[in-house]
Amino acid sequence: MTSSTPASAWSRDDTGITVTVSGAWITSRLDQVGWPKAERSDIAGQVVVVDFQKIETLDSNGALVLHRWIEQLRKSAATVELRHPPAFYERITDAYAQSRTGATSPPTGRWGDSLAEIGHRAIDLAKATLHLLSFQGQIAVKLAQTLVRPRQLRAKSVVHHMQAAGVSALPIVGLLSFLLGVVTAYQGADQLARFGAQIFTVNVVGIGVLREMGALITAIVVAGRSASAFAAQIGTMKINEEIDAMRVIGLDPITVLVIPRVLALCLMFPFMVIFADALGILGGAIMATLALDISFGQFLRQFQTGVPILHFWVGLSKAPLFAMAIAAIGCQQGLMVGQDAASVGIRTTAAVVQAIFFVIVIDAGMSIFVSILGV
Amino acid sequence: MPFIEQNFAEPKPEMMPAVRVRGLRTQFGAQVIHDNLDLTINRGEVFGLVGGSGTGKSVLVRTIIGLLRPAAGQIEVFGQNTQANSAAAQALRRQWGIMFQDGALFSSLTVSENIDVPLKEHTRLRAADRRAIIALKLQLAGLDPSAGAKYPAELSGGMRKRAGLARALALDPKIVFLDEPTAGLDPIGAAHFDQLVLDLQAALGLTVVMITHDLDSLYTACNRIGVILKKQLIAGTIAEISARPDPWINDYFNGPRGRAAAFAGAA
Repeated sequence: MTSSTPASAWSRDDTGITVTVSGAWITSRLDQVGWPKAERSDIAGQVVVVDFQKIETLDSNGALVLHRWIEQLRKSAATVELRHPPAFYERITDAYAQSRTGATSPPTGRWGDSLAEIGHRAIDLAKATLHLLSFQGQIAVKLAQTLVRPRQLRAKSVVHHMQAAGVSALPIVGLLSFLLGVVTAYQGADQLARFGAQIFTVNVVGIGVLREMGALITAIVVAGRSASAFAAQIGTMKINEEIDAMRVIGLDPITVLVIPRVLALCLMFPFMVIFADALGILGGAIMATLALDISFGQFLRQFQTGVPILHFWVGLSKAPLFAMAIAAIGCQQGLMVGQDAASVGIRTTAAVVQAIFFVIVIDAGMSIFVSILGV
Repeated sequence: MPFIEQNFAEPKPEMMPAVRVRGLRTQFGAQVIHDNLDLTINRGEVFGLVGGSGTGKSVLVRTIIGLLRPAAGQIEVFGQNTQANSAAAQALRRQWGIMFQDGALFSSLTVSENIDVPLKEHTRLRAADRRAIIALKLQLAGLDPSAGAKYPAELSGGMRKRAGLARALALDPKIVFLDEPTAGLDPIGAAHFDQLVLDLQAALGLTVVMITHDLDSLYTACNRIGVILKKQLIAGTIAEISARPDPWINDYFNGPRGRAAAFAGAA
């Protein structure tokens, strides 16, 4: 580019001040503008003439910046006279003047705004909780309807989600559970060895994995993998207006999108928990054989006598609850996506955080419930 | 004067056509979209790009602005090769504005913030100046000042297109590409948009390239048009093009819609 720097030069004679603007007043060069250094008192009450003749090129942003500077001059000078302004300059300033009419300034903050904000948030939170509850109710009703009329069920979709959310998660669930079994066995043995009660490591691993950790680790992995996937899938469909299209065609989004996901997860979750249980105990057993002088046979014998089957059932009883909570929260957050890309991210994050939160709340609730029952 | 000192240099950039494409070939895999396509768009003209669905109008524009790489051929915008990775080619990006079909506004930003994005990125103007520029561009694109504070989801389709145009104009480009600017607008809105394009072209001295299926736009707004036929491009005034003996052109311009638009354009 050969255009020259936008500049302005002052000259003073007895009639007043002349400002000669020159160079290329184009967007890419506006940061190089050489504004004349003039004290406000210098121009006060003077006649200022702005001469446009030496301008090489002018674009609309250049004209606007120049216009705003001339407006500044007008505040202190007696009169500002424009000499040879190009027609283009006047077109732009006219358009700008039009844009100013009817423009309103944004509302300013008031006292008590932050207090009101806290109130609004509390109300929003209450509404969100209510929404979650009513959504669970909606799912329950639709699920019951589907059981009465199985033809409504999207079997293909259920199988697809069983594969995507269940079978595909098995490797990571298995690996994590195995490692947890190893860690529990090692830590447990370390403490129990002080009493010479190393053999009870088997009980620690067995009860810990079966009753708590198998179900919990499965739930956390599924919350991370599938709650987020459900929210993002349904949210993107919402942005594309696919959900609206479904409603118009007469399909119920809950029956078509939510029920298959909830059902798939509810069907797969118990098997995933059993898989996690098996691998967790295998991890403990391998650790015990390799590092703790407990042979595999000893481990099995102790496991049979020391770990009642009841613990397995307690752990497994949480599976449908976890599955229901995770799938419902993921789908619900997906349906709450707004119209913009950012809200997909916000809702996906909320889905994972809420799912893990509720998994742990349910787990705590179940512990209390089971202890009241005395099992 | 010695013979060798005579200057046979290239014409000055100011004399170059706005867009010059020579021997362009684009393909996706084995599917050839354009083959040996030539195109010249002069400065200051409104150029309409026409062709059946799937003939590669959008692909051509995307290739010119460098979103797609051609398999062969040369593309110059204002005499500058767009495929070079030089600083000059980078600077060229600030000299064109693109309005995508549905505006392609950033959904998490308000309209004003959308227009501010290129200004913030490519200039070092003060915030007050940028605000003034945003107000001006909203006005030029025919939007009410109150639209600036809204999010794209809160706007109608026509307003989104205008907001997309306002963003395309933010850096005062010398050339703007419009992808189906009047598609999905009602006839009154479409006519206003055509007038807006003509006004902007006159006010800012823009070169406008628009992909359109709107025959009324072709007749009222475009100086010249280009038709993509058999992987190549034929350019000319609408009278020249519609007189060509080609079955597709004949169907396009002399069908019932074409005749009505021609009649309205002549009136």
